[in-house]
Amino acid sequence: MNALWDALGLALRSIARSGLRSLLTVLGVLIGIAAVVTVVALGESAREQVSSQIQSLGSNLIYIFNGSGDGQSRERERAGQRLSVSDADAIRRQVVGLAAITVYSSRAAQVASDFETAKVDVVGADQDYVTVRGYEIVSGRDLSASEVQTKAKVVLLGQTAKLRLFGNADPVGQSLRIGRHRFLVIGVLSPKGQTPFGTDQDDRIITPIGSWQSRIFPGHPGRVDMIIASAPNPTVVDALRDQMDQVMLEQHRTPPDGKRDYHLLTQDSFRQSEEEIYGVLSVVLVSVAAISLFVGGVGVMNIMLVSVNERRREIGTRLAVGARQKDIRLQFLTEAVTLTTLGGLLGLGLAALGISVLEEQLDWTLRLNVPAVVAALGTSLSLGVIFGFLPAQRAARLDPIEALRHE
Amino acid sequence: MARAERPKSRRPLRLIAEEHASEPLDHAPEPLVELLGVGKDYVTGPEVVHALIDVQLSIPRGEFVAVVGASGSGKSTLMNILGCLDRPSYGHYRLGGVDVGGRGVDERALVRNRLIGFIFQGFNLLPRTTALENVELPLLYRGMPHKQRRRLALTALEQVGLLGRANHRPNELSGGQQQRVAIARAIVTHPPLLLADEPTGNLDSKTTLEVMELLERLVDDEKITLVLVTHEEDIAARAHRIISVRDGRIEKDDPRPPPLPRRPGKEAAESAP
Repeated sequence: MNALWDALGLALRSIARSGLRSLLTVLGVLIGIAAVVTVVALGESAREQVSSQIQSLGSNLIYIFNGSGDGQSRERERAGQRLSVSDADAIRRQVVGLAAITVYSSRAAQVASDFETAKVDVVGADQDYVTVRGYEIVSGRDLSASEVQTKAKVVLLGQTAKLRLFGNADPVGQSLRIGRHRFLVIGVLSPKGQTPFGTDQDDRIITPIGSWQSRIFPGHPGRVDMIIASAPNPTVVDALRDQMDQVMLEQHRTPPDGKRDYHLLTQDSFRQSEEEIYGVLSVVLVSVAAISLFVGGVGVMNIMLVSVNERRREIGTRLAVGARQKDIRLQFLTEAVTLTTLGGLLGLGLAALGISVLEEQLDWTLRLNVPAVVAALGTSLSLGVIFGFLPAQRAARLDPIEALRHE
Repeated sequence: MARAERPKSRRPLRLIAEEHASEPLDHAPEPLVELLGVGKDYVTGPEVVHALIDVQLSIPRGEFVAVVGASGSGKSTLMNILGCLDRPSYGHYRLGGVDVGGRGVDERALVRNRLIGFIFQGFNLLPRTTALENVELPLLYRGMPHKQRRRLALTALEQVGLLGRANHRPNELSGGQQQRVAIARAIVTHPPLLLADEPTGNLDSKTTLEVMELLERLVDDEKITLVLVTHEEDIAARAHRIISVRDGRIEKDDPRPPPLPRRPGKEAAESAP
C-alpha cells in the first residue's frame, strides 16, 4: 500500500512536470471517453422518448393495415384498399376478449371555424377510437354509438386542432365546416404529443367513419385505412392477433395458401424494430469509441516509450540504489494508469459539459448515466494497464550499466 | 567473529540483509570485499573480449582504495562487478563474507540497496526533485515509512553539511553541493561499502578538495570502505592503497604508507611525487 502511494505521488509529479505533453497524450483517451459517455446519455434519452411515444399510441394495440405489408408504398395500399367497416364488425362479433376495436381513416382537409381556417387531419373512426388510443375527453363528451350509426355530423377536437381553430375559447357546442358541411363540436381530447413517426397526435379532428366516408372523402365507400384493436393485457396480444387473422382470412376469402391483402402488426413489433435500431446504433457507436480509445491507448504507449527512453539515466540511478525490476515496472505502470485515468476524468468533465450544452440546445433531459461513468473510468484505467505494460516492462528490464551510461 | 562464515555465504540474501540492518558494521567479517579468481568475458559478434581476467582482490573494512587505469583497462568492469551491477563470468565475489556475485537480478538489487552506496561522476540526482527526496530514494525501495525515511535523510544531509539545502532542487545547487547530496544519498543506508566513480571529475579544484575531505571523513569516522575510481594522480595519492588495472588484470597493487593519525589527506597529496 505504501509502495503504491509512493508510486502514485511519483507518477503525479512526473505527469505534472510535462504538463502540456501529458495533456496532448491523453487527448485520445479524453475524447474517446467524452464521446462514449455523451452518446450513451443521448441514446438513453432518445430511447426513453421513443419508448414513451410508443406507449402514447395506446396499450397492447393490434393493427390491421391494407396490403400484404411486404414493402408496398402507402399510396398503393390506399389505392387498393381492402379493409372495410364490415371487417371490423366481423372481428368485433367473432373475436372474444378484445378490449376495444375501431376503424381508422385519415386525410388532411381544410377546416374552418368561425374564427380560423386550418389544414387539419380529419379522422374517420367509431365510438371506440378514444378508448383504443387511450385519449381522454377533457371537455364535452365522446362519440356515441348511435352517432356513429347515424353518421352524425359531430366531431371531437384534438388539443392542437382546438388551439388552431378556436384558440383558448371552449369549442364545445360551436360548429366548424369541412368542405360544404357543418359539424358540431361535441368534445375535446386530452393532449398526447408526437407519434414515434413524428406526427402530432393532437392536430386532428375525429368524426364518425360513416360521416367521413359520405361527406368528407367519398372515394371508396366502406373502405378504411386501418383497423385498430386493443387487448386487455400484454399476454393475450399474440393470441388475439391470430384470432383476428383467422376472421380476416374468412372475411377476405383468402385461399389456403393465397397471399393476404392485409397485414397485422402489434405495438410490440414497433418496439422490437425500435430496439433493433438502437442495437445497431450502439454497436456502431461502441466500435467507434473502441477505435478512438485504442488510438488513445497507443498514444499513451508511444509517449511512455519515449519517456522511458529519455529517463534511462534516472532508471539506472534508481536501479543502482536498489530498485528491483518490479519497483520500476510499478512506477511506470502507475504513471501510465494515472495518465489514462486523468484522461478519463477529464473526458467525463467534458462529457458533463457537453451534456449540459446539449440539454439546453435540444431541450431534452439528459443524465450522466452512472454505469457509463463507472465503465468509462474502468476503461481508462485498464487502458493504462494494457498500454502501459510494454513500456513499463522495457524500463524494468533495462540493464543498469547501460542505463547509467546514458547521458 | 568467525561464527558461521561458511554457511552464511550461501544463505538467502534477505536474511543477511535484515541482519545487516540491525547489526553494527563493526561486526562485519574481514575482509569486507573479496574477489576470488573473478573474470568477465563479453561476446561481441564473433569475438570474445576478456574484460577482466582472474582477478584476486581483498579489501579490509575501513580502507580507502583508489582504482586507476586507462579507459578500456577493465576498471569499469571491475567497479560494475564490485557494485553488483554486473555478474562475473567466473570466480567468486564475497561481500561481508556473503557470496553475492552470482545472485539473480532482484537479489543483487537488494545487495546494492543494503550494502553498497554509489557516487557517480555526473551526480545522477533526479531532476526537479528536492535534495531531501533524492536522499530518501534508497530508503523508498526498502518500503520504509515516510517519517522514518525523512528522519534518516535529514541526518544524512546533516552529515554532508547540507541540512539547510534540504528543499532545494539540484538545479538550485552548485556542483559541489550536488555531489554532497549524492554522497548523502549513498550513505543514508549506512552501507559498509562506498563505490565512487570519478566523484570529482566534474568539479573544480576547490570543491574537489571539499568532496575528498568529506569522503575521507566518512572513511575515518564511519569506518566506511571506499573504492574510488580516478585518473587524477593527486586524488589517487590520498588513498590508502592504489590498484592499477590494465588489460583486465590488476597490474599493480600499491599499499600507501599507513595513514597518519589524523587527516593525512592534504599533506600526503602535496608530498606525493
